[in-house]
Amino acid sequence: MPDLLQVKAIDVFYGDFQALFGVSLSVEAGQIIAVIGANGAGKSTLLKTIAGLMHPRRGEIRFNDLTLTGRPAFDVVNHGIALVPEGRRLFPSLTVEENLLIGGQPRRPGPWTLPRVYDLFPVLAERRHLSAPALSGGQQQMAAIGRALMANPRLLLCDEISLGLAPIVVRDIYMRLPQIAAEGLSLIVVEQDIAQALRAASHVYCLQEGRVALTGATHELTRETISAAYFGV
Amino acid sequence: MQWLNIILQGVLIGGLYAMFAAGLSLIFGVMRLVNIAHGDLIVLAAYVSLIVTQAMDIDPLVSLLLVVPIMALIGYALQRGLLNRTLGDDLLPPLLVTFGLSIIIQNGLLELFTADSRRLQAGAIEVQAFEVLQGVWIGVLPLIQFAIAVVVIAGLQTLFYRTAVGRAFRATSDDQSVAQLMGLDTRHVFAMAMALSLAVVAIAGIFLAVRTNFDPAIGPARLIFGFEAVIIGGLGSMWGTLAGGIILGVSQAIGAQIDPGWQLLAGHIVFLIILAVRPQGLFPKVTG
Repeated sequence: MPDLLQVKAIDVFYGDFQALFGVSLSVEAGQIIAVIGANGAGKSTLLKTIAGLMHPRRGEIRFNDLTLTGRPAFDVVNHGIALVPEGRRLFPSLTVEENLLIGGQPRRPGPWTLPRVYDLFPVLAERRHLSAPALSGGQQQMAAIGRALMANPRLLLCDEISLGLAPIVVRDIYMRLPQIAAEGLSLIVVEQDIAQALRAASHVYCLQEGRVALTGATHELTRETISAAYFGV
Repeated sequence: MQWLNIILQGVLIGGLYAMFAAGLSLIFGVMRLVNIAHGDLIVLAAYVSLIVTQAMDIDPLVSLLLVVPIMALIGYALQRGLLNRTLGDDLLPPLLVTFGLSIIIQNGLLELFTADSRRLQAGAIEVQAFEVLQGVWIGVLPLIQFAIAVVVIAGLQTLFYRTAVGRAFRATSDDQSVAQLMGLDTRHVFAMAMALSLAVVAIAGIFLAVRTNFDPAIGPARLIFGFEAVIIGGLGSMWGTLAGGIILGVSQAIGAQIDPGWQLLAGHIVFLIILAVRPQGLFPKVTG
């Protein structure tokens, strides 16, 4: 099967500081990929770069046989890549429902509509008219995922969706990921919670100081090799 | 009865001030840009209307149909071509650039139209009035102007809170980079906001020019009135802006009645009192 997303040896900088060094990654259709790594390893930078919020100085990003390198974020989402940003970042002055509706702004056809998102996260339907900051952390995360799904992406990027949430809530959200992937979309999940990420994903990339330290199918990797790559010892 | 009359006239002119303020508040709300050239753009709209009415021999109020889209286009182009480049984390560059724009517009108008005072002639409607109570008269033109101000404010309020464009404005105002992740080209969103702001400016400019004489130098004073109405009403609330305009208009009318020299001073004093006592304005937008 041809790869849906191909990231080819990208170098990404914040000013003079280089955050990613020749990072390559590929995602097949329907696949769930986990990207793990310590704080500051470059995980969020990688997702932001794929989403078009940052641009690589070298290397290429191809999606669906189209080069995305250098395209702005609003164009990238129109091509079918949606990002659930770290820290959720719902729009505080919009209601829950408005947050979801604005996620549907790209008007891509597909299975995800307002009723479908409410089916997936029923609690959001009850709170649709509340403003976003009135939700609990877990509900905000559900709204942020729902908002990204409303764009009907072919690739969903999830940045630290477990951050700051109670373990039971995290489990609840992760339980729905296969249901989301069943609609035929691919996921890249960035996590610090390694166990959670490994359960959900079929492939894992471990970043360490901006480089890919380890990659492979999750069932082939042992805890030891992963922790060696994670901590670099 | 005389005081009732004065207050009523103040309320009616307050509608005009609210229109000065609405565009200003809209731009600040969406992109945190303080448009120092706002007053001069109002005067520019008055001159555009002057050209249109003279060239086509039409009534100033009919010229709205042309001047509103012309100013909206100017707004879109201005934002895309110039002001978007000044936006960033720093508030200062857009402030300086719009200050420069203000000077350019004033001097450009001076060069083209001289410093002579002009006036838009609306014909018989200018002096028509009717008596609502014994001794209390309302001019037809001020009444139309006030009614249009209410419609403009209500329209902006509806657009902001009931439409997809308004949703995009609010989302972009909240978080620009996440707005981009929703497929919103923020450069376009900002340009649409400026187009809308200048559409309101066009209406305000024409009513100003029918009401009083204008010349290239009167812009900055209209900017002050706009600022004062926004601050009195409270940022972020369109109906508050209308209330702010009315309070400013009534204060000026009462001041002028006490002593003609006190008209502007009374408005400024009321503004300063409200700023000191209630800096968030009278009707700040409730966030929750």
